[in-house]
Amino acid sequence: MVTERLGKGLRIVGRRVINGIWRLGYASRFFLITLARSATSFRRFRGLTFREIYFAGVLSLIIIIVSGLFVGMVLGLQGYETLQKYGSSEAVGTLVALSLTRELGPVVSALLFASRAGSAMTAEIGLMKATEQISAMEMMAVDPIARVIGPRFWGGVISMPLLAAMFSAVGVFGGYLITVVVIGVDEGAFWSQMQNSVDFRQDIVNGVIKSVVFGVAVTAIALFEGYDAPPTAEGVSGATTRTVVTSALVILGLDFVLTAFMFKGI
Amino acid sequence: MENLVEIKDVNFTYDVRPVLKGINMTVPRGRIVAIMGLSGCGKTTLLRMIGGVLRPATGTVTVAGCVMNRLGEEERYRMRRKMGMLYQFGALFTDMSVFDNVAFQIREHTELPEAMIQDLVLMKLNAVGLRGAQHLMPSELSGGMARRVALARAIALDPMLIMYDEPFTGLDPISMGVISNLVRRLGEALGATSIVVTHDVQESLKIVDYVYFMADGVVVAQGTPDEIRSSRAPFVHQFVWGEMDGPMPFHYPGAPYAADLALEAAHGH
Repeated sequence: MVTERLGKGLRIVGRRVINGIWRLGYASRFFLITLARSATSFRRFRGLTFREIYFAGVLSLIIIIVSGLFVGMVLGLQGYETLQKYGSSEAVGTLVALSLTRELGPVVSALLFASRAGSAMTAEIGLMKATEQISAMEMMAVDPIARVIGPRFWGGVISMPLLAAMFSAVGVFGGYLITVVVIGVDEGAFWSQMQNSVDFRQDIVNGVIKSVVFGVAVTAIALFEGYDAPPTAEGVSGATTRTVVTSALVILGLDFVLTAFMFKGI
Repeated sequence: MENLVEIKDVNFTYDVRPVLKGINMTVPRGRIVAIMGLSGCGKTTLLRMIGGVLRPATGTVTVAGCVMNRLGEEERYRMRRKMGMLYQFGALFTDMSVFDNVAFQIREHTELPEAMIQDLVLMKLNAVGLRGAQHLMPSELSGGMARRVALARAIALDPMLIMYDEPFTGLDPISMGVISNLVRRLGEALGATSIVVTHDVQESLKIVDYVYFMADGVVVAQGTPDEIRSSRAPFVHQFVWGEMDGPMPFHYPGAPYAADLALEAAHGH
């Protein structure tokens, strides 16, 4: 009896592992095909790529700006509270800027991007599939990867670093508002300390690299989940949820790996 | 008469479930052929094979002399430009207007100037009676109108083969009559061959030249509409006259009714 149950359990685990590996392989193949057909996407559907930059990027601006402002203000408050105990409240500018450019800018904006633009992409493509629009396109001899997936992929990849930069910039402004305007930290000290300690190569460029990597990951996950979604209401809703959850986990995992390489020299 | 489509010994399975089992069919050029059968009997799968979207496990699907399942991707795409397909619920692109939906294929596959595209699209929309609806979005159309726009889109490049996947599903009697009329008229006007996948017997028997009946992945009967109407084959009879019970049982297979209600156990006591 026990052996039978153990065997059944092992079979279920085994099946899940095999399915997981199969799906990973399928996703990788999908990603490579998208990259391979990107040339066609760029050449023939440049207008569509700009349209997707608008949908994924410009329409995400509100949530990015508001979140960036609040995150910056909270950082300013918390930073000031801690630093003033050691008599270095002027260093709050450094703390806000480094936290934002190195970590919070790329990571939080990628999480917001996944939940706003990523989920929208998955739902849109999933519904296109459910209503046979993708199939119709294929029957009309138009490659759906080049026409539907490619422009959205590049739209997402281009938008993400711009959104992260906007998040960091607004966050720094939020920190300034709280610490300088409200609390009264010296303005000159706030900006000069920030200028002295933020390194362009080490902090800004690394932050941009992170946001590009997150942009590729989130957009690829969102598009794959939409394209692979079962063509039912339940299938599309499940795919949308998976996009947000998988993207969040992948962003945090990748962030650790990238940080380890960038800032510790591993 | 020359056959435009020839399907020979086609077998196909989804995962491990056999969907088509040794199908043989021919569709003569310029004719309207219906493929009928219950939902899930493999009709749409067959259409997707003719379009080269699916490949059979064994057998061949030949369209205009080209074996679709042996063509490379580029050749398959080239062949699809000569085919039009009307989907069950239209499958219109929801982010484009009626005009842009019909112009889609022309813009993708030709280098025609926009003025000429405008004329072509209006001609196609006029043929389905919806020239006045060119600026509407798909969400503003009724089911019948959406189907007519999809039909205009399917004939945008004057295809040699038009495939209809359940064109009458969910339509009111007037829309149904309009669509069936258009299927006949457009086929004749374009000199196109048409394949209509449907389970709407009465409407389709009015317009088609030949009918194939499918059940459980095989062709169980075939003939002209008159032959089908007078057929005494049990499945065809049940299907054409909509009888509740017959070769296709009313009850889904399961345990005996009495056993499910535990009546035998009660008798035992």
